[in-house]
Amino acid sequence: MNFQTLSQLAVLCEERGLGIGALMLEEQSAESGRSKEQEFATMSQYYGVMKEAVHRGMHEDTTSRSGLTGLDAQRVAAYNAADEPCLGGPAGQAMAYALAVSEVNASMGRIIATPTAGSCGIIPGVFLSCQERFGWDDDYMVTGLFAAGAIGYVIANNSFVSGAEGGCQAEVGSAIGMAAGALTEMRGGTPAQAVHAVGLALKNTLGLICDPVGGLVEIPCIVRNGFGAVTALAAADMALAGVRSVIPSDEVIKVMLEVGSAMPEKHRETAGGGLAQTPTGRKIMKDLRNKK
Amino acid sequence: MRFKDVFSIIGPAMVGPSSSHTAGAARIGRAARQVLGEMPRTAEVTFFGSFAATYQGHGTDRAIAGGLLDFTTDDHRLPDSIELAAEAGMEISFGQGTGLFPHPNTVRLRLTGSESGTELTLTGISIGGGNIEIVDIDGFGVKLTGMYPTVLINHMDYLGVLASVTDVMRQGQCNIGHMSLDRKNRSGAALTVLELDEAATPELLRNLRALPAVKSVKVVDLNEQAHVQKGKDITS
Repeated sequence: MNFQTLSQLAVLCEERGLGIGALMLEEQSAESGRSKEQEFATMSQYYGVMKEAVHRGMHEDTTSRSGLTGLDAQRVAAYNAADEPCLGGPAGQAMAYALAVSEVNASMGRIIATPTAGSCGIIPGVFLSCQERFGWDDDYMVTGLFAAGAIGYVIANNSFVSGAEGGCQAEVGSAIGMAAGALTEMRGGTPAQAVHAVGLALKNTLGLICDPVGGLVEIPCIVRNGFGAVTALAAADMALAGVRSVIPSDEVIKVMLEVGSAMPEKHRETAGGGLAQTPTGRKIMKDLRNKK
Repeated sequence: MRFKDVFSIIGPAMVGPSSSHTAGAARIGRAARQVLGEMPRTAEVTFFGSFAATYQGHGTDRAIAGGLLDFTTDDHRLPDSIELAAEAGMEISFGQGTGLFPHPNTVRLRLTGSESGTELTLTGISIGGGNIEIVDIDGFGVKLTGMYPTVLINHMDYLGVLASVTDVMRQGQCNIGHMSLDRKNRSGAALTVLELDEAATPELLRNLRALPAVKSVKVVDLNEQAHVQKGKDITS
């Protein structure tokens, strides 16, 4: 790849007269030695998997093997349809879809890791709800996934994207930044605005620990995906309105690295602290062990 | 750069719930199946560290069984793989290990081949986001990710073996991206691992097998995305 930071990415887009998604497709083709058509086709398949996961999570039983989670996406959707929700339609829809994909993941269904399985709901939640709302075609969405991938590539190589290394900020936080930046571009924002959206989003999740109850990708992972989709929409709106990340986004990514590196091991996907070690979290873990 | 391309960020396509404990475990199982070169008749699976503590909740056992059945990370049969392995005649057992292990997510597999009866002991670690490393094969230290077409050559540690191997690769126009050799003792058994830019052709593999000091040649390739695009042209 010819860029290592988000500011380099924005400059490169300007030089080549391309959006982030179109530029990432070119860069990916150069890196892999495969044609742009082949790489686009693979990403299209992945988008198909995301759609299937949303559909499944909205219509099928998603009770997890532990029995702890499932069907919350359908609860949210039913509430959205019957009542006047606090958030309003489109954000509620993104939230429901994000919960749906995360619940499919927890019940051993098929998903795309974006960037990980623990944060797999956010990008599909944002992308599918916006596709329905704005009438975008699939190719437009797939180009958007390349934009999200470009942003994730910078975050992953300058910081981290796994909870074991950097806490939940690295998984859910990265996914929100990727979704926010990609959506900003898809809504007509410039690459510079998209980069601001990433910084705005990441600042909101700095410090978030990874504390899965029972060590399972269920509590609190699933609801954090739901919240994450809503936050991504908010960050994109701020950036499109002209709000800037005063601390440049590349510097925010370095802060995520600093904070994650300082995070104690018990807060990095070991179930040794946080929600996992509350009295209720410990009781759930004990019950799970006895169930076996 | 730890992450090389867009599909290491968006991807893999996988059955949940965990990229490290499920997708990574499936890849380790599949790598072991490819190193064995056939369907295992028996499989003794030992989990260490976080794998040992949480393997049931994450379906790590099912992922390993699925990998041994040659399922990819996104195969919808993964959740039923333990039953499917039994139907296929594979005796599979799971246990928790003690003692030293190289990574919080470690699994050791002891396999017997269904046709040849060959035995294989392999240790794999899952390092996050579905990425794995095979770190030990039958007591030989290796570092194998499976994300590139990989050739494993069991040979005797004689002078000039590596030169003849690399000469075959040169003649076959196949570039080596990474290479390692470990041996049991001087002039004894050795294992050379080559990570390649392109999959080795059947002819190239034949030429490697024909070398005097070479005992066996195996191929490992876990890149599901390349399989989608090129078709399954990898033979082992």
